[in-house]
Amino acid sequence: MRYLLPLFAFLVLAVFLFVGLSLNPRQVPSPLIDKPAPEFELYSLHESDKIFSSKENLGKVWLLNVWASWCVACRDEHPLLVQLANSGLVPIYGLNYKDENTTAKQWLKHFGDPYIASVVDPDGAVGIDYGVYGVPETYVIDKQGIIRHKQIGPVTVDSLQNKIIPLIVELQKQT
Amino acid sequence: MKNLFNPFVHDSVRVSGDMITLKSRKSVSVCCMTIMMVILYMLSPVSRAEVEYKEAIPVAENPEIEKRMLALTEDLRCLVCQNESIADSRADFSNDIRRIIREQIKANKTDKEIIEFLVDRYGDFVLYNPPMKTTTVLLWFGPLIFFIFSAWFLVKYLKGRRLEIKEVTLSEAELQKAAVLLDTNQAMVTGNQRRENDNSNNQDNSSTQEQHPMDDASARENKGNNV
Repeated sequence: MRYLLPLFAFLVLAVFLFVGLSLNPRQVPSPLIDKPAPEFELYSLHESDKIFSSKENLGKVWLLNVWASWCVACRDEHPLLVQLANSGLVPIYGLNYKDENTTAKQWLKHFGDPYIASVVDPDGAVGIDYGVYGVPETYVIDKQGIIRHKQIGPVTVDSLQNKIIPLIVELQKQT
Repeated sequence: MKNLFNPFVHDSVRVSGDMITLKSRKSVSVCCMTIMMVILYMLSPVSRAEVEYKEAIPVAENPEIEKRMLALTEDLRCLVCQNESIADSRADFSNDIRRIIREQIKANKTDKEIIEFLVDRYGDFVLYNPPMKTTTVLLWFGPLIFFIFSAWFLVKYLKGRRLEIKEVTLSEAELQKAAVLLDTNQAMVTGNQRRENDNSNNQDNSSTQEQHPMDDASARENKGNNV
C-alpha cells in the first residue's frame, strides 16, 4: 500500500501527460461539423464574370478545398487532389483564399488544376465564415449542404484512405 | 513638441543649481556655460528634426471602437499562434478578426453577439475564458477536486504520523534495565578517564597518546568521544 499509492499517482500522471503530448494543438475541433455549410456567392477564378453559388452543389457530395498560391503546404497536398479529381469520385471546388488572380492561375497551370471551379475570396470573408485559420483546409459537404468533415492542414494519403474517401462513399449512398 | 523638451531643460537647470552650492563661483560660471552649450547642442538637431516629423497618425479612426475591440480581443485566442491573444498577435488571422470586430462594432452589434459570431465559426477554443459546459466541467472543477483530494491526503498522512508516535509506559524491569545501561555507560566513561590519567597501555587510545604527550585539548576530545 505504501508503494502502491505513489505508483498509482505516477501512472495517472503518466497517462495524462502521454495523451497530452500526443494531441495536436492545431487540430481544433470545428463547431461547423454537422452544421450547414455557410452559403457563398463568389466570382470564379477562371471566368471572372461568372458567379458561383454554393447552392448549386446541393444534392451532391463535394469537397471544398481552401488553397492559395502563397501556401507552401498546399503544394504537398496538391498531387493528391489532382489524383482524386482524376478518379472522378467526387467534385472538388477550390476556395482561392486571399490570393492574387494572376499568380493563382499560374500556380494552377504549373501544378495542375483539380478543381471543377475555383472561387475567389480576396479578403478572406468567406474563409472566416468557414472558420478557416490556416491554409490548406478541406471540407467534405454532403448532399444536404452539411459539413461532415474538416481536414485541417494538407490532406495526406492516410487521411484520404482512412477518413475522407470512405466518408464520401458513405455520404454518396445516402439520399 | 517644444513643450515636451521643456521639462528636460528645467532638469538641467536644477542640476546646475545644485552645483552652485557645491562649487566656487568661478567654476559655477564655467559650469553654467558648458551646460548651456550642451543644451543648445542637444536642442538644435531636435528642433530641426521637428520640422521633418509630423504628428503620429492615430491608430484607429475611432478610439472608442478601438478600445472596445481591444477589450474584446484580449480574451480571444489567436488560432494560428495559440499562446497569443488576438489583441497581441500580429498574425494575418488576428488582423482579420480585429477588422471584423471593428466592422461589427460599427454595425452596432453587442459584445455578446460578436463573441457568438466568432464561437460559431471557431468554437470555444477561441475563448480564453471557456464557458461552463458538460465538456468543460473537469476543466472548471478539476483543480478544486485535486485540491480537496490533496488536502484529504495531507490530513490523513499527518494523522497517521501522529498515531505512529505512541506513549510507552515502561515496566519496572525495563526501567531497571535502562538504569543499568546508563550506569555502565557512566562506568565506562569514568573508567576511561582513570585509564587516561594512569597513562596505561590500553589498546583503545594509547597509541597516539604514547607518541605525543597529552595536551588538554586532545584529552577533552577523547573524553567526548567516549561519552
